[in-house]
Amino acid sequence: MEANHGAVTVGISRSSLKLRRKKKRQLNLWCWLFLSMSLVFYLLFMGWPIVSSFYYSMLKWSGLTQSGKFIALKNYQALFSDTVYWNAFWDSFKYTLIAVPCLLVISLLLAYILNNEQMRGRNIYRTAYFVPVVTTTSVVGIVMIFIWSAQGPINEVLLKLGMAGSATSFLGDGGSAFPTLIAVSVWKDCGTYMIYWLAGLQSVGREQYEAASIDGAGRWSTFTRVVFPQVLPTAGVIAILCTINALKIFDLIKTMTNGGPFYKTDVVATWVYRTAFSSELGMPRMGYASAGALLFGLVVIAIGLILNLLKARLQKNR
Amino acid sequence: MTNLAVRKTMGRFSLGRFMTHLLLIGVGICWIYPFLWMFASAFKTGDEFWANRLSLIPASFYPDNFIRLWTTGNFSLYFLNTLIVTVFTVLLVLMMTNMSGYVLGRYEFAGKRVVRGLFLASICIPLVSTVIPVYQVIRGMGLVGTRFGLILSSAGGGHVIFLLLFSSYYQQIPNDLEEAAILDGCGFWRTYVSVMLPVSKPICTTVIIMESIWTWNSFLLPLVLTMSNPSSRTLAVGLYSFRGENVVDWTGIAAGGAISVVPIIILFIFMQRYFINGVAGAVKG
Repeated sequence: MEANHGAVTVGISRSSLKLRRKKKRQLNLWCWLFLSMSLVFYLLFMGWPIVSSFYYSMLKWSGLTQSGKFIALKNYQALFSDTVYWNAFWDSFKYTLIAVPCLLVISLLLAYILNNEQMRGRNIYRTAYFVPVVTTTSVVGIVMIFIWSAQGPINEVLLKLGMAGSATSFLGDGGSAFPTLIAVSVWKDCGTYMIYWLAGLQSVGREQYEAASIDGAGRWSTFTRVVFPQVLPTAGVIAILCTINALKIFDLIKTMTNGGPFYKTDVVATWVYRTAFSSELGMPRMGYASAGALLFGLVVIAIGLILNLLKARLQKNR
Repeated sequence: MTNLAVRKTMGRFSLGRFMTHLLLIGVGICWIYPFLWMFASAFKTGDEFWANRLSLIPASFYPDNFIRLWTTGNFSLYFLNTLIVTVFTVLLVLMMTNMSGYVLGRYEFAGKRVVRGLFLASICIPLVSTVIPVYQVIRGMGLVGTRFGLILSSAGGGHVIFLLLFSSYYQQIPNDLEEAAILDGCGFWRTYVSVMLPVSKPICTTVIIMESIWTWNSFLLPLVLTMSNPSSRTLAVGLYSFRGENVVDWTGIAAGGAISVVPIIILFIFMQRYFINGVAGAVKG
């Protein structure tokens, strides 16, 4: 096509250039038209909220009136000495640091076992492990209140088996509330990561397993020497998704413990909700809550960026 | 000969296999038990519930809990609200992500990188950091406590996974399809509607299933947006407030929980292939 055009007079090629430019402009227009609806929603419910958060975080404002009083950085000053906020802040990270490894290891183990195509009932197991993922988290949280309560089935089983002398209220006790929260969220989310791992394990070919078994490698050494190095790139993505999701936890804690007992399971999300929307502790403080929410949001975004950079770095080095 | 070999391997591994299945079944029981407990309790009378808390088979199927929740507990209204919000949110999200995924996957245009980066960045932003301004936006529109407000705010946000699913799907469609359409005189819009859109059906199904489940289950947005108007509550929020008002009515709570999760579990079990493919696509994208 291009070669034929070489002989054509300058006038025509100029007009074809114009035509091409016009076409290009039209294409741009169409593309932006197709994006427009997404962009409007995105700007309204993602972009604008972030920008306005900066402003809200400088207001002394209950959120009930039209507007608040501008107090510059005073909210942040108060925030830095607010022990309840920092307790929630660190609990978000404590939760993440404990839940993420538990989730990743258990889900990888299940995925590795279920990855065997000849296994009987593998689809049934997979469905069973996945059902908690699709059920409403708030319903799960409420049902778990009873399951782990002093009258609940878990205590009943422990007592019957003689593994406990007396019933404990797992969620009401300051010492056991946090581990119980971890257990429930592993139960709830394990299926998601199992599916992620199963997708990653597909990159390991059948012949590689066969080669390993000919070399006399057992299941464990096959895993550490053949399988794990192969899924490592996917593992990075899975770990990042898991970390970000763990930092976002709200539904389960809100419904199951509401941050209690004595703020033992309080995370930033429950702190923000309590401060901005509920009158448990007097007037809601939307400006102050915005400051706490924004600070945490920025930290999460920074962590996401750092983890992604790390992942890119590691993948380059391979 | 082969038969013998097969039998041999089966024999050799049977103990290991038995142990594996034992482990998997044990885990499975732990995973399913809370659901069985909930369904069983929903059919028990209050007395039976407290007398026999472990049993998974109710003495008789006592439907009063469901009737009570459905009528006086307002769950029929919550159910309707959840259904309406879910259907319209899914439609909006499907439309948006399909169209944007199409142009991001197939075309080079000015500003593409910026748009892509913008959408990708949203994956890290926790909802709790945007929920206060989102509430204010909906309040500014005068839509707090309405289903419409809930639909709009649920459809907002990034939906990055769906965007990636669509854009990588559209990207790998061969060019001949499109060229044939252009030769037939189809413009941009006609090419999309009559050639590309029909081809994207499998991804559409995945997105519909995943977004239905997510919207049905969502909690923070409906909790905040329905606070002023209990009649706009969804099931997730409805059960939470029911529990707040009836702390020890566990048979009622179990029935409410069952009403809330049964539709979504049924949807999942019948359409799990699409859901699982979509989730798996998230790591590959």
